[in-house]
Amino acid sequence: MKKNILLCGVGGQGTVLASKLIASAAMAMNQPVRSAETIGMAQRGGSVTSHVRIGEDIFSPLIPEGTADIIMAFEPGEAVRNLKYLKKEGVVVVNSIPVKPVTESLKDTGYDGKKEIEYLEKKCRKVIVVDAMDMCRELGSAKFFNVAILGVAVGTGETGLEIEPVEKEIRDRVPERFADVNIDAFRKGLKLGQRSSKR
Amino acid sequence: MSRKYLMGNSAMAYGAIAAGVNVASGYPGTPSSEIIETLAKANPGTMHIEWSVNEKAAMEVGAGAAYSGARTLVTMKQVGLNVAADPLMSLAYVGVKGGMVVVSADDPGPISSQTEQDTRRFGEFARIPVFDPSSPEEAFHMIQDAYEYSEKYGTPVLFRPTTRVNHAYGQIDAPDQVQPVEYEGFIKDSGKWVIFPRLSNRNHALIEKRNIEIGRDFSEYRYNTVEGRGTLAVFTNGISYGYVKDALGDREGVKICKIATPYPFPEDFVLKALEGVEQVLCVEELSPFIEEHLLQIAGKYRLTTLIRGKYTGDGILSGEYNVNLAAEYIGKFMGTSLESKGIDLEDSPESPVRPPVLCAGCPHRGSFYAVKEAMKGRKAYFCGDIGCYTLGNAMPLDMVDTCLCMGAGITMAQGFHWTDEDAVCFAFVGDSTFFASGMTGVANAVYNNADMILCVLDNSTTAMTGHQPHPGTGVTMMGEFVEKMSIPAILNAMGVKKVVTVDPLNFKESVEAVKDCASEKGVKAIIFKSPCIALSKPVKRMTVGKDCIQCRKCIREIGCPAIVMKEGKVAVDEALCTGCGLCSQICPVNAFETM
Repeated sequence: MKKNILLCGVGGQGTVLASKLIASAAMAMNQPVRSAETIGMAQRGGSVTSHVRIGEDIFSPLIPEGTADIIMAFEPGEAVRNLKYLKKEGVVVVNSIPVKPVTESLKDTGYDGKKEIEYLEKKCRKVIVVDAMDMCRELGSAKFFNVAILGVAVGTGETGLEIEPVEKEIRDRVPERFADVNIDAFRKGLKLGQRSSKR
Repeated sequence: MSRKYLMGNSAMAYGAIAAGVNVASGYPGTPSSEIIETLAKANPGTMHIEWSVNEKAAMEVGAGAAYSGARTLVTMKQVGLNVAADPLMSLAYVGVKGGMVVVSADDPGPISSQTEQDTRRFGEFARIPVFDPSSPEEAFHMIQDAYEYSEKYGTPVLFRPTTRVNHAYGQIDAPDQVQPVEYEGFIKDSGKWVIFPRLSNRNHALIEKRNIEIGRDFSEYRYNTVEGRGTLAVFTNGISYGYVKDALGDREGVKICKIATPYPFPEDFVLKALEGVEQVLCVEELSPFIEEHLLQIAGKYRLTTLIRGKYTGDGILSGEYNVNLAAEYIGKFMGTSLESKGIDLEDSPESPVRPPVLCAGCPHRGSFYAVKEAMKGRKAYFCGDIGCYTLGNAMPLDMVDTCLCMGAGITMAQGFHWTDEDAVCFAFVGDSTFFASGMTGVANAVYNNADMILCVLDNSTTAMTGHQPHPGTGVTMMGEFVEKMSIPAILNAMGVKKVVTVDPLNFKESVEAVKDCASEKGVKAIIFKSPCIALSKPVKRMTVGKDCIQCRKCIREIGCPAIVMKEGKVAVDEALCTGCGLCSQICPVNAFETM
C-alpha cells in the first residue's frame, strides 16, 4: 500500500487531530507512515495543511504535487488552494461551508465557496461535498466535524485505512466522555463515503 | 523501548535522552521549541531542563555543565545562534569535557524567521563539527552519535535540522527510561579553562589539525551514504535527500550521495564517491555549501568532474526545495523529465488570502490602537520587535514601522530620535523579548539621555512560540514557582523616570497614559498589562445592538477578526469574540452590548 493523504483547512478546524488519527491508525496496521503539518505563526487564522504519507519507500514528509490520492478539505477555498497536490484520478472530500478570511470585512470579495465547489466538481474525478452545518446539527455540535470528514474519507476507500483501527484510535485519543459522539460522527461520515464509492 | 510517532523535535529530545543527557537549556524559537518541551515532559527530575533567558545564556549554562563532564544539550533557532555566537566562538577554542550538542534549527523559506542563514557556515566559521539529519528517524540516532564525537574530540558540535525535519513526524523506538550519564564534576585547571591569547593561539593550531582528522573520521560515518551507480551523481543533504529520493523513485543511472556531516567535509568519502563521475548536481537548500566544497576538492585534486548547482544556475538560490522542484532540476541534469502531472489547474478561482492576524480579544490590539489614537496629528515612529505583536503592522492598525531582530526596537527608537528630535519615538516590545534582550537597550537609552517611549506589551507569556514561561511569569520550565521579576521595578532601578502601568483594554486610560508620556522628555515606559487571550477563558461576549448606524468605524479602525459583515450589516462572530470590549469603547454611538 502507498497512500498520500492531504488534509487542509483553516487554523482551528481540527485538521491536526484528524491527521494524527490517520497516522496512528496506519501505524496500528503496521504501515510505515510519515507526516508534516503547519505549525507556528500560520496557525493564527491562516491556511493549514497536514500531509500524511503511508507505505514503504517514502522519503519526503511532504506530498509531491500531483500525487495525493485524496484531499480532505475542511473549507472549499483551501481545497482549491491545495488542488495542485491531487493526482489526476484522485478524490476530494470537501466541506461546503466557507470560512471567510478575517480581512473580508475590510475588503468585500464576495467569497462564499460556491465557485470553488463548482470548480472542484468540474476538475476532479470524484468530489464528495459535505455540508458541515447539516451534519453538525444532527450531531449537536460543530466540534466533531473533523472526525466526520475522516469518516467520509475512510468510507471512500481511498485512504487505505481499515475502519476498526481508526475507531480504536478515536476512542484512545479523545476524552472519554466525547468518545461515543465522535464514533457516531465518524460512522455518519463513513456511510456517506461508502455510499459515494458505490455510485 | 517503545515505538512512538514523534515530531522531529521530540525525536531529537528522545535521542538526547538515549544519550544520557544531564542538562538541557534553550530559548524558544520556531522551529526548535518542542525539543526542550519534550525533555521537560519526560523529565522524572533527574535532568536539569530550563528555558534560559536568551540563547547566549543557554549556551553558557551548557558550557559550564559540559566543563563539569555532564552531557549537555542547547537548543535554539538559527537566528538565536547569532545571539549565542559570542560564547560559541570562544568555546570552540576552549573545548568541552562532557558531550555538548548545540541544536540550531535552520528555516529555509523562510517560513517563520527573519533570515535564511545556514548553520553549516557557522560551524565552519567556528571550526566545529556539524551534523545534518535528513529525517526525524535519522535525527534520533544521529544526535546520539553527535555526543560520541563531541566527547571523542572534546569539542562542542552543532546539530542542524531544518524546519521540515523539526516538524515532520516519524516512527521512533524511543527509550522508556531517563538515565542521565554519571559525570566526574569540574576539575580546576586554569591552563585549560581560562581563555587567553596564548591558549587561543595554541588551540587554534591544534583545532585545524584535529579537523583534518575529524574529516577522515567522518569519511567513515554511517549516515554519509552513496546509493546507486553511474557517471552522474546528485549530492544532497538534510530534507533535500528525501526530495531527491522521491523524485528519482526507482530510476537508475544516477548516484545519490548524502552528506550528513558537512563540516569538517568528509573529503576521502567524497573523493571515492566521485570516482567515475563526470557530472555532479548539488541539490541543497540555503547556501551552496556542499557545492563549494566539491569545487574546492575538484580544484585541489584537478578533477575534471563538472560540479553543477547554484553557481551554474542549476539550483534554487533561496527558499525551499520540494519533490517537484528537485525533479525539475534533476530532470534537466539527466536530460529527461521526472515530473508527475496532476490536474490541469488553469482558470482556477483565486483562493482567499489569509494573512496571520492578532487574535480576537488580543490585548496588543488595544495597546497599538491607544498609541495610534494618542499620536494622531503628531510625528511619531513605531519600532516593533519579534513576537505576536509584529502582527500590529497589518491593516488597519498599521502600527509597526520597523522590525529587525530581538530587542532591536528599543535601541533603534533611539537612533530615530538622534536623527529626528521632533518625532516621538516608540518601541514596542513583548515581556519575554524584554527579558531576552531588551534591558541592554533600556540602559543605553537612559545612559545616553535619549527621548523615547518604551511600550512593554506584557501578556505574561511567550505567546508566539507556544506560551513558554519566562522570568516575569514566576514559573520555570519544570513548573517550579520562583520569584516573579517585575518589569516596572527593573525599569525604575535602571533609572527610567516615568513608568506607568495600564490595562490596554481600557482605551481611555491607555490613550491618556500615552499622551502624558509624550509630553515629557527622557525615557518613559508604559507597561500595557493584560494576559494573552489564548490563555484566558472569555467570560462574556459582545453583540451589535439596534443603535448601530453602520458607520463601520470598528471595522475600519481596529481590525478585530470577530467583527464581521453579515448580510451587509456589522455583526459579531460569537465563536470568535472574547468580550474584550475594545469595540464598545470606540463605537461613536455605543451600539455594542455585552451578552
